[in-house]
Amino acid sequence: MVRDHPAPTPGPTQEPSESALLVRRFLSRIGFYVFVVIVSAFFALPMLWLVFAPFDAHPTLAATPPSSPTLANFPDLLKDPYALPSLANSVVLAAATMVLVVAAAAPAAYALSRVRIPGRDLLLYVLLLFSSVVTGTAAMVPLFLLVFDLGLINTYVGVVLVLAGGLTPAGIFILKDFVDSMPKSYEESARVFGASSFQILRDIVLPYARPGLAVIAVWVVVNVWSNFLIPFILLRDPGMLPAAVVVYNFYTEGGQANLRLISSFGLLYSIPVVVMYLFVNRRYGFRFYGGIKG
Amino acid sequence: MSPRAAEPTSPPRGASTPPEASAAALPTRGAVAFLTPALLLIGVFLVFPALWTLYLGITDYRLTGIQAAYPQVIGLDNFTSALGDPAFANSLWVTVLYVLGSAVIGQMGLGFALAWTFRRWHGPARSALEVLVITAWIIPSSVVAFLWIAFLDTHNGTLNVALGNANIPWLFSWPLLSIIVFNTWRGTAFSMLLFGGALNTVPPSYLETARLAGASSWQQLRDIVLPSIRGHILTNLLLISLWTFNDFSPYLITAGGPNFATDTLPIYIFRNALVNFQLGYGAAISAILLLINLGIALIYLRLLRARS
Repeated sequence: MVRDHPAPTPGPTQEPSESALLVRRFLSRIGFYVFVVIVSAFFALPMLWLVFAPFDAHPTLAATPPSSPTLANFPDLLKDPYALPSLANSVVLAAATMVLVVAAAAPAAYALSRVRIPGRDLLLYVLLLFSSVVTGTAAMVPLFLLVFDLGLINTYVGVVLVLAGGLTPAGIFILKDFVDSMPKSYEESARVFGASSFQILRDIVLPYARPGLAVIAVWVVVNVWSNFLIPFILLRDPGMLPAAVVVYNFYTEGGQANLRLISSFGLLYSIPVVVMYLFVNRRYGFRFYGGIKG
Repeated sequence: MSPRAAEPTSPPRGASTPPEASAAALPTRGAVAFLTPALLLIGVFLVFPALWTLYLGITDYRLTGIQAAYPQVIGLDNFTSALGDPAFANSLWVTVLYVLGSAVIGQMGLGFALAWTFRRWHGPARSALEVLVITAWIIPSSVVAFLWIAFLDTHNGTLNVALGNANIPWLFSWPLLSIIVFNTWRGTAFSMLLFGGALNTVPPSYLETARLAGASSWQQLRDIVLPSIRGHILTNLLLISLWTFNDFSPYLITAGGPNFATDTLPIYIFRNALVNFQLGYGAAISAILLLINLGIALIYLRLLRARS
């Protein structure tokens, strides 16, 4: 083994011997492949079931390729009174939350980017941390009570407000990055021509920050789409539940779990967010500070 | 990018514009109007609930009955009864093990190992593995939970089949280990992505010099890479610890069982507050959870400051 080489003159010829080097390189190559194979198996194996079972006429909990692949499980989803409507419910919740977060975060990010407030960055950072904690479980009780007292239990308004409150700090944080990179001369010339602050926001800042808006829009949709806890504690009516809760009910309620239903619906419900995320990640890079919580 | 060359040469127009806004090109009134919706939303649905948690924790609040109409302040009784409750102690211990095992060791360790492996490896196999890891992170948690129930099934589960029909009832015999491995699988992507970005910030010339001086990979890692991405490591540690502390997804797999072996604090709060409707007690536990989170954040800030 080569330990701290004292020789100041660099050069590969200083290595002890060619064969020892080859053996070492060979072993590290083997180690690399073993690691990659094990990790790939670790990540792939639990997902296999979602790849095979939806196309199996008689799926079990085993992840085996279907002997005669079929698409019959998907039209059968129509027979379930909750499956497809719950996807529509998820779309409504995700869209409404997205609009609210963008509408609140965009002007705030612009204002915070342009006005000097002492401790602004620390405040934002604290809010960001706070949001990743409070929306989860630590504030379950007061959130429930707050929504209860406002008479918003079992309404989408309650769910959307709670989700938006939790997602807005990260939205501001991400968007402020984009606005910070916008040259101030744009707004200044607009102001010289008498544009109001609102016009500047609408006609200059928002178009400039469009990639940022796309990022937080997708980020909000992915988060709301997957969120289980908030609709789980705030909604009662089974017909109003989003897909996240309906999937859970499929395997916890009643006797024998209907694996055809769970697998095909689970796949249908998962695909949109995975596609959206991978698309945005490829296009805009890793900017999802808030991570995905559900 | 954005040069700050465009400093205004003349004060902006508008009589109401205060002088300090000149650099900002946004009048204070406009800024306040722009900030108000976000502040209202965050204030009412984020900050206020957190503060209310602390207040509710010192009352005997319940959803029905006399305590609902006239909740009494009972001081620290909820806290003392929580701290004296073996069920709470169990829950706290389970949560600590869950965070240490799945976030600190599992996600950090595996995430870093993957980022380190990816650093000089390009090609379709690498992209495939990366997408696989990210997909595990993106699939909605209620679906993922069922995937793991199937994966760990005693008779047909893929894991037991891969082990030669071992028929081990993982969720019954090794419940805590099962959800720790589950959460490692679930959350490694974030650490991997964050460390991937961090490793790009290490100047290649440092590593080149070290290699020419004969340093092994391990020495390069220990003496050059780890010290220069210390800030990233701490940030990652903070975020994933907080998320894992507040993670509700074990509920979807084990619902806290069997026999409270996976009864993490979020599940404990949920059961006491929203199933048994002891809202005051549940709020007290929530307050303790918030204080623990605050403690983690403070330790992190201290460590981060110790760097400079």
